[in-house]
Amino acid sequence: MSAPPGSNYHYVARKRRVKEDKRFVTGKGKYIQDVAVQDTKHVAVLASPHPRAKILSINAEAALAAPGVLTVLTGDELAEHTSPLYHGPDVPNLRWYPLAHQLTRYAGEWVAAVVAEDRYAAEDAVELIEVVYEPLEPVVDPEEALKPDAPLVHPDQGTNLVLEKDFVWGPVEEDFAAADHVLSFRARWGRSSTVPIETFGAMAQWDGGTESLQVWASIQMPNYQEQIANAMRLPLNSVRVHQDVDVGGSYGVKRGIKHTVLVAYLSKKLGGVPVCFIEDRLTNMSGGDAHGPDRIFYTDVAFTNDGVIKSMKIKAIDDCGAYPGRGPFQLGKPIAALVGPYKINSVHYHPISVSTNKTGQVPVRGMGQGPTNFMIELAVDKVARHLKMHRIEVRQRNFVRHDEFPYLNPTGTKYDSGDYHTVLEKTLELADFQNLVKRRDEIRAAGNLAGIGIGACLEPSGGNNMFEYLLNPKLEISTFMEGCQVRIDSTGNIIGTMGTTTSGQGHETLVATILGEEFQKDPDEIRVIHADTLAGLPTRSPVASRMAVMLGGAADGAAQKVKKQLHEIAAHNLEVPIGQLEYNNGDISDRNDPSRKLTWAELVNIAHRRYDLLPDGMEPGLQALHVMQVPLGGDYPDENNRVQLYPCFSFQAHIPFVEIDPGTGKVTVHEYFIGHDCGTVINPDIVRGMIIGGVAHGIGAALYEKFSYGEDGQFLSGTFVDYVMPSTFEVPYVKDVEHCTPSPLTSHGQKGSGEGGYLGAPAAMASAVNDALYPLGLSLEELPMRMTDIEALLHEGRHK
Amino acid sequence: MSRRDISLTINGKATTGVAEPRMTLLDFLRDELHLSGTHMGCEHGVCGACTVIVNGEPIRSCLMLAVQADGNTVQTVEGLCQEDGEPGLLQDAFRDAHGMQCGYCTPGMLMSAHALLQENLSPSDEDIREAIGGNICRCTGYTQIIDAIRLAGERMKEQGS
Amino acid sequence: MKAAPFDHIAATSAEHALQLLGEAGDDGMVLAGGQTLVPMLAMRLARPSVLIDINGIADWAGIDVSGDAVRIKTATRQTAALKSDVIAENLPLLAKALPWVGHHQTRNRGTVGGSIAHGDPAAEIPLVAVALGAEIKLHSQTAARPVAADSFYQGPMMSDRNEDEILVEIDFPIWRDAGRTGAGFHEVAERHGDFAVVSAGAQVLLDDAGVCQKAAIAVGGVSGTPARLRDAEANLIGNVLSENLIDEALTGIGDHMDPADDLHGSADYRRRVARVLIGRALADAVADAGGSLS
Repeated sequence: MSAPPGSNYHYVARKRRVKEDKRFVTGKGKYIQDVAVQDTKHVAVLASPHPRAKILSINAEAALAAPGVLTVLTGDELAEHTSPLYHGPDVPNLRWYPLAHQLTRYAGEWVAAVVAEDRYAAEDAVELIEVVYEPLEPVVDPEEALKPDAPLVHPDQGTNLVLEKDFVWGPVEEDFAAADHVLSFRARWGRSSTVPIETFGAMAQWDGGTESLQVWASIQMPNYQEQIANAMRLPLNSVRVHQDVDVGGSYGVKRGIKHTVLVAYLSKKLGGVPVCFIEDRLTNMSGGDAHGPDRIFYTDVAFTNDGVIKSMKIKAIDDCGAYPGRGPFQLGKPIAALVGPYKINSVHYHPISVSTNKTGQVPVRGMGQGPTNFMIELAVDKVARHLKMHRIEVRQRNFVRHDEFPYLNPTGTKYDSGDYHTVLEKTLELADFQNLVKRRDEIRAAGNLAGIGIGACLEPSGGNNMFEYLLNPKLEISTFMEGCQVRIDSTGNIIGTMGTTTSGQGHETLVATILGEEFQKDPDEIRVIHADTLAGLPTRSPVASRMAVMLGGAADGAAQKVKKQLHEIAAHNLEVPIGQLEYNNGDISDRNDPSRKLTWAELVNIAHRRYDLLPDGMEPGLQALHVMQVPLGGDYPDENNRVQLYPCFSFQAHIPFVEIDPGTGKVTVHEYFIGHDCGTVINPDIVRGMIIGGVAHGIGAALYEKFSYGEDGQFLSGTFVDYVMPSTFEVPYVKDVEHCTPSPLTSHGQKGSGEGGYLGAPAAMASAVNDALYPLGLSLEELPMRMTDIEALLHEGRHK
Repeated sequence: MSRRDISLTINGKATTGVAEPRMTLLDFLRDELHLSGTHMGCEHGVCGACTVIVNGEPIRSCLMLAVQADGNTVQTVEGLCQEDGEPGLLQDAFRDAHGMQCGYCTPGMLMSAHALLQENLSPSDEDIREAIGGNICRCTGYTQIIDAIRLAGERMKEQGS
Repeated sequence: MKAAPFDHIAATSAEHALQLLGEAGDDGMVLAGGQTLVPMLAMRLARPSVLIDINGIADWAGIDVSGDAVRIKTATRQTAALKSDVIAENLPLLAKALPWVGHHQTRNRGTVGGSIAHGDPAAEIPLVAVALGAEIKLHSQTAARPVAADSFYQGPMMSDRNEDEILVEIDFPIWRDAGRTGAGFHEVAERHGDFAVVSAGAQVLLDDAGVCQKAAIAVGGVSGTPARLRDAEANLIGNVLSENLIDEALTGIGDHMDPADDLHGSADYRRRVARVLIGRALADAVADAGGSLS
């Protein structure tokens, strides 16, 4: 069910080819490595091997003399000529530059950059740079880093604490006092990230003739050009970021601001030669500052004998590494769905972000909702086990009901629509749940371990970042917008212009489908382009599962404006009121006499060439810009810190079926069933792909992926041999079923779908593994649940 | 060390180029021959994005030196297209099943799939897993890629090829 | 990740390769499949001045029966080995191990000799070489010497090979004795096709009465080199194999292990899992030989 019953879409919700795919299958995608500008020079970087050290001296003489080398740059020069990079939290003395300045703060941090004629020469020269370090004692554990005597990652900051807040929503103490039971547990989301197959890369060229900086990058982030301009001390209107570069996957992490400022500065310094820096995989893993949440939860949950969860107390400590950026805001976004899809009455939330001597952090798919959902679902499963109730029943008992939407949660956010019971029901049916139980029990009877996971997860979508204000009140931003321009050219072709980048989400198809639907024209003939940031449109970039809602809505809004213009032209020329007109595949006729009509071609001709036939005051041409503000957005938190965060809530039910080899601890995922409701599905293949892709990402976070550090701060997961990502052998053929509760807030009832797989799978996988361990009285609350961890637990269990 | 002349057959055409010994086949294809369809993901032989077919067998082009390809026959994703550059049957099957999202792993996947379908038009799930098991995708979770490969096999059978 | 500069010479014959390596000394490295060497070059962990490419030496590829052994030439591709009828018919343990080696893309270039020369302590082909007591032939410009597999390996990625020697072929013994031969191979890795964390291989020969007449058991990933479990073998020979017997035979094998401790597996994990996998490999070997464990 991809669309609301009764809807009669021609293109929306229909299986259609994704436009972007043609260039990808023919090898004609244009990624950052494919952007060819004459005379481009190449950068290689020198990384510090120490988790924490003073830089005593850098001798680049030999490097400068090496063949093909143009210059060598160090942190001192950057600190003098550029402004520190942006951090979301209020930490003005926590300074971040593209190259380490005086201190290096993690193993892998860049200390120097070489620019040369080609990458080979640059890397050869990097080896000739001599750095003298004075190694210092690092701080690696986040809870240790909070202690008063901990080594300071940023001495000028005076503390390793990056942010700390305390929120109480609703009568938490009363709810706990009145509860029949309270359970407490610690959960750990291990440091991982979404690690795209394409690394980050950026190219910059300073053009002295026009006094503008051109940038091409594999980018996905809001305010990219603002941050570049700020660091480079340039007016914003001299920065042109080309946003039509294909991005080889991002899932949140391609922010690359330090890479970009590096190449921008170098280009300017070298008199305008184009300078390009593509991370190699080693640089990417350690020095790219693209690690995700690394979080400890201390959770108390209060509930009744009937399994009704009344309240939760959540302390969340997140390790943002040496340079936080916007990373710590991943503690804030989950406030949107802090109590999940459940009617929990109150919640106490105590988020803490702390710095350690590790690689910097970046927002990852879901902006912290993944770890939070993992913790919430652990709590629900623990409630069920404690009461010896079925995990399904506890969820059903606590779910918001279909007739209760819009539902106001304790933190002040209304969930727009949903039917969690039905989605779960459909998923159980798809999974043939009783049969799964039978299979599980047969495996158990044979002396092995098997488990079924239940995960019920919300995906907040649409994007409303008022959590930034909650975490840093200096950020007075209440506009979360997206723009789209629609233009009908002089021959009647439709062009949609979007204002940001795409990294596999199929935005061109999204816009073309909606425009095609509204204009009743074939989306395959509609062209969608990406404006650069100077031609630009207001945008908040494709984060926050927001584009279907916001770009879709903006495209629709612009289309409606153009259609209105077409109708006015027709009314004027047919001399009938607008209400009497009928629109049919672009032709507009008099409903009372259909032989009187203007064809699409005629309307276009009038608009572009026949000013004499236009209504008074109408502008020539056919184009409109629509900028959409996020639905329900614009308000600040009230005196109790309650505010509407994201507007639209998608929901998934995940049911994995796993077997664990008791001898090795290895988990095999035999089956994965998922039911998903993201309202109206604009393109079914895109949505299905994103959901299943998110599941695979989530299986990775659940079972395999971790950026490991030694106790001495050494980085241990620098290659794809040590950071293990699921192949097709580790991900079963995922079976899915759709449900549709349209959003009342969006153009076609659509909600976001780009994150849900990832937001639910780790939780569901934990539920499955714990179900497998349950007969042994064992459980795991830490991700990833690697085979060595599971085997060690089983071994301990046998010898208790 | 000094650059060498390399002569080989790429996508059916006799081609020449030059490369230092240390240049990988991947970098040679992309930077010297401007065939940018083959992608770099890790440069240490794990992700499979660089998969091309050399002398009929899929290999990781980041693990082969350009000089080693002298005298060899190489097929890249560009070679799967029709004469006029339009997508071939396998590529169209990937479009119809939307077996991709960002497209970055896609050329490598296509070459592994192509190699499989040259031997077996009715691959089992196990056969498909074996074929793409050395190609990592972070976008799709593989399900729609598996759909695409099965679809391509069926269409090839229908076509009688 | 571009390699440091080096020269590359495609050797035209065995003599040519040996001469080049003799001249280069420790500045030269042999390039076979490249699946292990090229990543090391890319990460600048290996910095030879010259690579001696042996891929074009026709004499150095091939799989043949030579007396009571299967002789595999060094530059034989792993894919060729996987498809080889000679191996399938004569070396059941190697046939069972080969599907675990990497992925098809790596097997198409990787060589049998390269894997053996590299000597990853958990790798499949070295493990089989040690289990079966293979004979490794090392040639230099001036000499040729055979080395038994279990003396060849001296530590993780460390072998008896001198810098001027090339591993040119390996003779894997064929079990021609009367009776039924069976083999079993197990490994555990995080992902299918990854480097094994722990691996185990077993080959047994059972007579008509189901008595074990010959056994070869080796385990990888629990010491610096693949380890042959001769004591356990001795305890099995002459008996009908049962679960209890195997259990007893494997008691105390952990004492001889000195596993690594890293993020892929702790030392204790490796010890315990080795025990499990050896048991499974033996059970499979017995079943493969048409027997069954009581």
